[in-house]
Amino acid sequence: MFNEILTVWSNQPGISATIWLAILVFVAYLGRNPAHQLIYSTGRAIYAACRLFAASLRRLEASLQRRNKEVVMAMGQDASERAIEREFHRVNAVVTRDLSAYPALHRQISDTIDKIEEDYQAATDAPPLPPAWLEAVDSIASIPRTGDATVCSILDNIGKTLEDAHQETQKAYRKSTLERHKLLGAMQPQWRNLGQSLTRVKETIDGLEERSIEIDKQMKSYEAIRNGEDTAARTLSSSSLTQFFISTLVLVIAVFGGLINFQLIALPMSEMVGGASYIGPMKTSDIAALVIIMVEIAMGLFLMESLRITNLFPIIGSMDDKMRKRMVVITFSILAILATVEASLAYMRDLLALDREALTQSLAGGTVVEASFRWIPSIGQMVLGFILPFALAFVAIPLESFIHSLRTVLGAIALSVIHALAFTARLIGGTARQVARMLVNLYDLFIMLPLGIERLVTSSIGRKADKPETGESEPVRAELAKTKVYMREQS
Amino acid sequence: MKKLILSTVLCLGLAACSEPRSNARAVYLLLDTSGTYTAEMDKAQKIMNYLLATLDSGDSIAIARIDSGSFSEKDIIAKVTFDDRPSTANQQKRMFKDKIDEFVNNTKRGSRHTDITGGMLQASEYLEETGAGERYVLIFSDLEEDLQKGHIRDFPISLPDIHVVALNVTKLRSDNIDPRDYLKRLDLWEKRVYQAGGTWGVINDLERMDRLIAQR
Repeated sequence: MFNEILTVWSNQPGISATIWLAILVFVAYLGRNPAHQLIYSTGRAIYAACRLFAASLRRLEASLQRRNKEVVMAMGQDASERAIEREFHRVNAVVTRDLSAYPALHRQISDTIDKIEEDYQAATDAPPLPPAWLEAVDSIASIPRTGDATVCSILDNIGKTLEDAHQETQKAYRKSTLERHKLLGAMQPQWRNLGQSLTRVKETIDGLEERSIEIDKQMKSYEAIRNGEDTAARTLSSSSLTQFFISTLVLVIAVFGGLINFQLIALPMSEMVGGASYIGPMKTSDIAALVIIMVEIAMGLFLMESLRITNLFPIIGSMDDKMRKRMVVITFSILAILATVEASLAYMRDLLALDREALTQSLAGGTVVEASFRWIPSIGQMVLGFILPFALAFVAIPLESFIHSLRTVLGAIALSVIHALAFTARLIGGTARQVARMLVNLYDLFIMLPLGIERLVTSSIGRKADKPETGESEPVRAELAKTKVYMREQS
Repeated sequence: MKKLILSTVLCLGLAACSEPRSNARAVYLLLDTSGTYTAEMDKAQKIMNYLLATLDSGDSIAIARIDSGSFSEKDIIAKVTFDDRPSTANQQKRMFKDKIDEFVNNTKRGSRHTDITGGMLQASEYLEETGAGERYVLIFSDLEEDLQKGHIRDFPISLPDIHVVALNVTKLRSDNIDPRDYLKRLDLWEKRVYQAGGTWGVINDLERMDRLIAQR
């Protein structure tokens, strides 16, 4: 068919092709203006559609960004409120525990101070002074003994009396000093007691001060969140991402723990529900084992909720304390029962494995050998079977973090995707516009021969001034003008 | 959207209502007891042990001998469908092994003729009855059929969805003179099995038994 069309003008394909080409160039020259308009309008249409799409994407991006920020802020506000509430609870505990006894402590300190003061007063009492006549007697006793023996004897007696009086005074003084020392010694425990009481008060006050610093920090953060500051939003987003990665890591670890748990109970489950029945492509025993693990995780979730460690189910958190405590007991009991069941299943698994091993050995023609210390792996499996359900119960904590942070992460991913789409749309629009221009130039290149002739003709008939020198068509000029306007707007 | 959800639910419901394909496996092992093959019984015992170790709860196994007229229940040496409980299944395997050991120890004299087709017909019947999803006929023989006078076996047999595997196909003395006889024998059985709707395979090296049935 193609060959027939090609050789319609001549038997020689070269000549025929040249004629076809000439016809094509001529036809293209005739349809130059409509063709230019078609190319430009197509380019403009694609460009406008892409710009419109990009603009709507930008609006969507802005809206999503706002929504993400709101969500992050709300989450941060909630977390801050919980943290502040917790700090106030702690302050309340300190006040209730330590400062409630403060009046009694104050009375004790006051009593101690009074006692010390009394003792001090008692300790500072002046010692008994020697009688006032002693100085006169002393003067008489110190008169030189020069005369009468009787006088001398009297003077000696006076001197002796004086000596005795001194002795008595000294004795009394010593006694009073001893009493003062006793009083001062008795004050020592009072001081110590006072010191200890004051230290207790200081510790309490220090604790309160630390709490108040923490509350101040939380309050600042809370205020920043309430004010909708960008810094707070960025910090919260970053914190959410960190939480997301950490919780994902812990969940992956939990999944591996779940797999080990599954391996422990899947085989003995076939002893309970049969090893030959299937639900779809899966063994019923495998599904039963999975169900047990899922129930354990669910019980763990409820337990953590009841203990108010997590907050995935507000209805549990808002229950009254009595009901909540009942729920704690029930979920913990179910978990303990399931753990016991798992431990027994793990033991059964060991027995089954032993039986299978013995059978395999007998089939292989060997004699069944009793392994030493076989009880160690048995006990190990039982302990593992008992502990793993409780360990899985704690999955609730990373799960909550994962769910909360997932919203932020998904929001960030959606933002990136929308941003990339908007960029791509703008790129396609711009490229389409440029390609349209390039196609117009290519078109003119294709018909350059008739265009050249046209230029020669027009110049020869002297109407060169009316025609543009560049030989650009009307649509090209219009497009160039639009481009200039656009460039000006952009700049 | 609603239509899509409705149609998906409908499809899933229909799929759930359809009869599920059984996941159980059934194996029928045919032991050639003719002529010199009685000397190969220790190999057959190994195959049987491998099968017992591989098969699981819910699976079935039967072992039958190929003699002068094999289309008979009397030729089935032992058969069992393993219990759902693994511990009971292990007990059944032990008892099965004891039966086969007894048979192998008491087999001293081979049969005069070899009726493989009759054995395969019997195997097909047994496997059909088990209702297993995967069905195997294992033939422990040199595949040289030698029918008793008057026995008719030259008609198309039916082995739908049954994997037929020839094990330890020994070469006869005549095969050494003209190996084409051996190849012809294999070709003949392959054609018969494919025509019967089954699949065909040969395992001569018993170390490669793991290719036979995958362990679960």
